[in-house]
Amino acid sequence: MWRDAAFWILAVLSVGTGAAVFVVDSMARATFALLASFLCVGAVLLLIDLHYLGVLVVLMMIMEMLVMAVFMIMYMMNPAGLMPMTMVHNHRNALGISAGVFVLLAGGILTVRWPHREGAPPADPTRALGEALMGPKMLVMMVIGLAILATMIASVVLATHRGRYDQDEHEHEPQPQDAHEHHAHEHHGHGGAA
Amino acid sequence: MSESVLVVPLLVALLAFAAAAFDAVLAASAAGSPGAWRVWDAPLREAARLLVRQRRNTLAADRLLRRTGIAVLPVAAVLAAAVLPLGGADAASDSSIGIVWFNAAEVAVWAGVWLAGWSVNSAYSLVGGYRIIAQGLAYELPHMFALITVGVGAESLRFADAVSAQHGLWFAVQMPVAFAVYLLSALAMAFWGPLASPVGRDLAGGAMAELSGADRLVFLAGRYAMLAVAAAATVPLFLGGGAGPLLPAWLWTLVKTLAVLAALVWAGHRVPVLRMDRFMGFAWTVLIPPTLLQLLVTSLIAL
Repeated sequence: MWRDAAFWILAVLSVGTGAAVFVVDSMARATFALLASFLCVGAVLLLIDLHYLGVLVVLMMIMEMLVMAVFMIMYMMNPAGLMPMTMVHNHRNALGISAGVFVLLAGGILTVRWPHREGAPPADPTRALGEALMGPKMLVMMVIGLAILATMIASVVLATHRGRYDQDEHEHEPQPQDAHEHHAHEHHGHGGAA
Repeated sequence: MSESVLVVPLLVALLAFAAAAFDAVLAASAAGSPGAWRVWDAPLREAARLLVRQRRNTLAADRLLRRTGIAVLPVAAVLAAAVLPLGGADAASDSSIGIVWFNAAEVAVWAGVWLAGWSVNSAYSLVGGYRIIAQGLAYELPHMFALITVGVGAESLRFADAVSAQHGLWFAVQMPVAFAVYLLSALAMAFWGPLASPVGRDLAGGAMAELSGADRLVFLAGRYAMLAVAAAATVPLFLGGGAGPLLPAWLWTLVKTLAVLAALVWAGHRVPVLRMDRFMGFAWTVLIPPTLLQLLVTSLIAL
């Protein structure tokens, strides 16, 4: 009973905050409305006893939305983002397209023949998930994990190389010593060629 | 669920007060005032002062987000504390994925600080808000590896299992690198001491520069609460939970928690503030390799 009530409250909240993303007039509010929507989805996962997945959604979405807020505000016309702005473009066509997509998806949900449930949920879904990922899909997961880590570190290294607050301020300034050595080397090279 | 649900917020509040009181005593002692311990009630006076003070309103502030951000801090601290075993008594929620839950609650602090910094429409606050995200991304990777190491050592993500896995040897001894990294992240969770640049003096208070009155009180209380909860989590994660001779389990848990908390508060007074970009370089290039090695060693032992 209370599970049904909680599900419907969370469902309405997640759709409501999802719609709020397009109604609010600031990028920060839009980002956090989207985060609220995702948190409700995470709570729904907790409700159906997928604890690990639910908490993972909460954890990842908070981090992800924070990083996204930084980028979205960075790319905006008014970088601080406190001036009101609209979150929608191409208003009329967008409404038509989204209504069409909604009808299509809702029609699919209502008309398709859903398969009947086979088997029962495992006693420990976290362990089942881990075994599924680390059993048959082990190689793929290891490669993907390594690739993601390498990508993250490489992109940060590339992004911070010429940072304003670089660690060694003198690294990029021309050093008198270097210039002299370079010159001498060049001179020597000429001598060798001759 | 148990009666601990009612006790946990109270315990968090008491520990947060203890941290704030010790902080005030250390500050008075550093200032050279005689009988520094007598200022233990300074946090209470400060709380009373902030409660009667008017809230400062900045131009074109986003009030909804400001209130949300400030409220997130104490709420996240209590939610993180909910999965911690209290020694003897059950945790408020003895979840099978408690360590991941703790991590999620602690990451919510970033959102709180960013919102508080961004929403007041002030340059210093804004910079402070951005600093917490840069610093958060810096500490989070080694921190997660440290937590995973505990999970691997305990072969479970449940705090109670981590405690019972340490009956032979504390994880602080078994996995010293993870322990050290966790202590550093504990400071980062509460943006305290060397990792206090989001609220740094160079920014006139950073993310909390414009907060006053009840707003500031809740923000500061949430920060001390987070520091206290980060210290309290050290006990089941690395210090064997309530294990110890003679004294009952709950008392050992309390003693260990207070010891770690005192060390963290003391470190805040003795260590200079790190620049978050330097900390980023240190965290990713120096801290990650040993934490991965620690994880490898622990995994080999667990196998």
